[in-house]
Amino acid sequence: MKAPASWIREYVDLPADVTTEDLTARLTALGLKLEAIESASAGITGPLVVGKVLTMEPEPQKNGKTINWCTVDVGDANGTGEPQGIVCGAHNFAPGDLVVVILPGGVLPGNFQISARKTYGHLSAGMICSARELGLGEDHDGIIVLPADAGAPGTDAFDVLGLREEVIEFEINPDRAYALSLRGIAREAALAYDAPYRDPADRDVPSPNDAGYPVVIDDPVGCPMFVARKVTGFDPAAPTPDWMATRLQQAGMRPISLAVDVTNYVMLETGRPIHGYDADKLQGPIRVRRATEGETLTTLDGALRTLSTEDLVVTDDSGIIGLGGVMGGETTEMSETTTNVLVEAAHWDATSMFRTGKRHRISSEAGKRNERGVDPVITPAAADRVVELLTTYGGGTADPGVTVVGTAPERPEITISYDLPARVSGMDIDAATTVTNLEAVGCALVKEDTTLTATPPPWRPDLNDPFDLVEEVARIVGYDNVPSVLPREAAGRGLTREQRLRRRVGRTLAGAGCVEVISFPFVGDAAFDALGLPADDPLRTTVRLANPLSSEEPSYTTTLLPGLLKAAARNLGRGASGVSLFETGTVAFPVDRGPAPIYGVDWRPSEDELAKLLEALPEQPLHLAVVLAGERERAGWWGEGREAGWADAIGLVRRLGTELGVEIEVVSTSRAPWHPGRCAQVRLAGVEFGHAGELHPKVCAAFGLPARSAAVEIDLDFLMRHTRDVTPGPDFSTYPQAKEDVALVVAADVTAADVEAALREGAGDLLESIRLFDVYTSEQLGADKKSLAFALRFRAPDRTLTEEETAGARDAAVALAAERTGAVQRS
Amino acid sequence: MSGPNTDYDPVEVTPLKPEEVEAARDAAVAAIAAAADLADLKQVRIDHAGDRSPLALANREIGALPPQARKEAGQRIGQARGAVNQALAARQEVLEAEHEERMLVEETVDVTLPTDRVPAGARHPITTGSELIADIFVAMGWEVAEGPVIEAEWLNFDALNLGPDHPARTMQDTFWTEPAENHLVLRTHTSPVQARTMLTRQPPIYVVCPGRVFRTDEYDATHSPVFHQVEGLAIDEGITMANLKGTLDHFAAQMFGEGISTRFRPSYFPFTEPSAEVDLVCFVCRGSGTLDGASCRTCRGEGWIEWGGCGVVNPRVLAACGVDAERYTGFAFGMGIDRTLMFRQGIEDLRELFEGDIRFTTAFGSEL
Repeated sequence: MKAPASWIREYVDLPADVTTEDLTARLTALGLKLEAIESASAGITGPLVVGKVLTMEPEPQKNGKTINWCTVDVGDANGTGEPQGIVCGAHNFAPGDLVVVILPGGVLPGNFQISARKTYGHLSAGMICSARELGLGEDHDGIIVLPADAGAPGTDAFDVLGLREEVIEFEINPDRAYALSLRGIAREAALAYDAPYRDPADRDVPSPNDAGYPVVIDDPVGCPMFVARKVTGFDPAAPTPDWMATRLQQAGMRPISLAVDVTNYVMLETGRPIHGYDADKLQGPIRVRRATEGETLTTLDGALRTLSTEDLVVTDDSGIIGLGGVMGGETTEMSETTTNVLVEAAHWDATSMFRTGKRHRISSEAGKRNERGVDPVITPAAADRVVELLTTYGGGTADPGVTVVGTAPERPEITISYDLPARVSGMDIDAATTVTNLEAVGCALVKEDTTLTATPPPWRPDLNDPFDLVEEVARIVGYDNVPSVLPREAAGRGLTREQRLRRRVGRTLAGAGCVEVISFPFVGDAAFDALGLPADDPLRTTVRLANPLSSEEPSYTTTLLPGLLKAAARNLGRGASGVSLFETGTVAFPVDRGPAPIYGVDWRPSEDELAKLLEALPEQPLHLAVVLAGERERAGWWGEGREAGWADAIGLVRRLGTELGVEIEVVSTSRAPWHPGRCAQVRLAGVEFGHAGELHPKVCAAFGLPARSAAVEIDLDFLMRHTRDVTPGPDFSTYPQAKEDVALVVAADVTAADVEAALREGAGDLLESIRLFDVYTSEQLGADKKSLAFALRFRAPDRTLTEEETAGARDAAVALAAERTGAVQRS
Repeated sequence: MSGPNTDYDPVEVTPLKPEEVEAARDAAVAAIAAAADLADLKQVRIDHAGDRSPLALANREIGALPPQARKEAGQRIGQARGAVNQALAARQEVLEAEHEERMLVEETVDVTLPTDRVPAGARHPITTGSELIADIFVAMGWEVAEGPVIEAEWLNFDALNLGPDHPARTMQDTFWTEPAENHLVLRTHTSPVQARTMLTRQPPIYVVCPGRVFRTDEYDATHSPVFHQVEGLAIDEGITMANLKGTLDHFAAQMFGEGISTRFRPSYFPFTEPSAEVDLVCFVCRGSGTLDGASCRTCRGEGWIEWGGCGVVNPRVLAACGVDAERYTGFAFGMGIDRTLMFRQGIEDLRELFEGDIRFTTAFGSEL
């Protein structure tokens, strides 16, 4: 909302020394936030003066144009008192007219420096200005011709043109619709300075009578009040007075015609949107009702709109003539030939206004006010003000008929205890202050012993609850007076175990050289295709968005890999020789358990209702993904570097298991987007929770990554859930360790994990640890064989093991490995 | 092994003569002193203290002496061998020390060589920033609450007094899942976590809710459709706006340094009443609006930075979440984590947070 400072001061007697900066600081503290202060003279530097055209000689030019060589009296402003010679291209003036002249040394908006210069064979000393050149509007048809009483030649033109004006732009919160008017802003200014206030809507209004235009309201909920007034014999060619056009422009509205400008002006002044009809185009009585489904209306903007039963419409005998409170219809629109105007000032139900505006995607100044709530009581006064301005500036007469149908809705009474503002705000606010401040915002109060009952003023539809009144009292006392007091100490339980583990996971990966990334969780088929996911892959079943940012990525992602792979490629593209990235983030899998219910808000839903709500949500596990691409270890004086590979990826998962105190099992598997022979399924207690390994060569190529890039994606929630709350302390022996190494030959496709598991089980309780320390293949062994060497370490809790015991355990281990995996011990 | 030869006639045994023993001892001590390094000394030890050394051989001859002569000879040999061993040990110690010193000199390396074989990792500043914030509140006895990002419309809007006709519920601001009749949204704020907390716990409640949120904003230097928020909620007996101010002042000072406080401006949020915007004293110019004679760039000369929104929890929200509004009051606040970090760390472009460029992230290390 833009408000010229002088317009505000018209309704409130502010002390003379209050600057616009002071005023806006106080209003900001009250809740009308300053966006910007614009000076109307922005970009203009004087001398800018009133000039009187003495002579003008038209001089046709070779280029077909005719210029006027003028002499202009600028008084003493040029220092000599002599007439100023100026070339002017416009023709809309005559000798004797008063015009606006900028003299050499002045600057116009756009840093246009004015100097005396030779042009069209004359020395042109300055410029006669148009409205556009001064930044006062788009009018460039001709120069500004001032009224004859504008001032003597040489008078400073800043004042004449209102260029000293400062225009304040406020950010108005949706609850303070009353401040979308000068009436409301001035009221706040009066509150801020405790200054006298004149309500522009406080006027003597002629009483309603039966002689007015007939109006019937069929839906008093949607339209509680409708006022109609008529002006006849209006001159459609009458110009809008300059002061009004200037104010409209300063407030951000474009002057159009007197009739339209007056309705806009009164809307800015009072906050009440007004609609004008060409009275001669109306047929029969006006009726306000809800539309029936499928009815149509062509609105003022030329759009054909199909209406619904929620839309409020204004009709006459011809049918629908307007979308009530939102936009008028084409058939009864005022035009340049309109001489009889019917003025509509109506009060509309705010919710209906919002829904209609939203449904038809109409955003207008009128709609903005109607949907946030307008003072209903001033409806007749606003109509009367329109009639006054129309007849004053456009001639014609006010028809004696005054139609007022319906009444302003009643305001609710709100009862609070006197100390509620103090109890809620924590400020020292006594009962007297509460009373004073509520009266200052316009509440009518009934005071009891411990409570008071407030009836909010009609311009404050936002005040409905006790706490609304608390805010009013508190903002006037001033939020700066709220003391700073910490709440009492709470006995908190600290971070949850899961929160601590998540930090642990991040630190572990960062410690292993991985850099965390946050990517947008949106995904589309292109990414799934690049990952090589088969058509029926469960990852392709997504939660889709109704209004995605991009139709290419219409879903919430089911995998973190696409974002990470793209980030890896971006880093390599920017010159990194290798990159290790990780991300922890939510992925989503749809569930088909029906819609989430919408409950009321007056009481808490039952446990069953809550459960039903939560059940409808998609599965949203926290995933962890890692991508390793290019150099994992750098080359250096220590020797060669090393590219990332499958073992790094699986190693990171195992490392996480160690950090979180769980035993992770690794099983070989095949799954996109991994290399079919280099993919591990990782499990906990036999349950899969993710994959790790080398990426499929096609996937590397699709994402522009080097071959052998590796990746991990696991369900981190699952992993964290399976950690132990309390880890028991280990029970270990200090008796001597016995060492046995065995080398076993197995078929090439037997996994190390299977052999190890058999050895572990066969060795029994005496086995302390087992570790694979060599894998060996050779021609002698045969192409389909490999040798796995394990270091077995034995120890007993209560004694030193004998050689026989150790050998026995070793032999049992080898025997079980032979039975399970066909292993043969190498001699 | 044979027993002593008692019939043996005592005769002179040459190697056991005192002068012979002394000569062998002196030769040994001289050789020990002459040993230049540990290898020399090893040979000297074999020659003069080994099994075939003169003193060892002489010792064997003791048995040949008549019993009455053995004691004296034994003592003589013993003393000599003791002296040799002592000399050996002393020399060993000296040579070892010399050796070690030489080795340490020889093993000198250039410690300025690079050691970054595996490049350093880092955690994202949004993560560490969220943890920093969480820790500030945990230290006050608060807890960290979390919830899903795809949320029920009722929890994201209705329960927070954003009625069906609230402008925020339009498609312009909110991501909806398909079909829209399922009433699921990508949460537009972390406030549904507050609602969940009130629905499942009894006061006193002191929770802070950091998390990822979504709005259909254009992606530019200061806006992102995906961003991060932290909200706080306190519900207890006797909670006032003063407690809100105290909490936010403490938060600001912990986050930005002592002396950085907040101010409130009246505002409007459906879930709080009274509501306020929170401004933060600009921590760059410390509220003066100027820096080195020029207008402060961080706060554009205003001395204050817009930080977030806050207020007293609207009793309507308490009712929808089953909190006894007669007994309890509460306050809530919320601010952008991304925006807070942009101020705190001097990040110019929001998009840097989401590009995944390791040069950006590693600059922050793993703690803020």
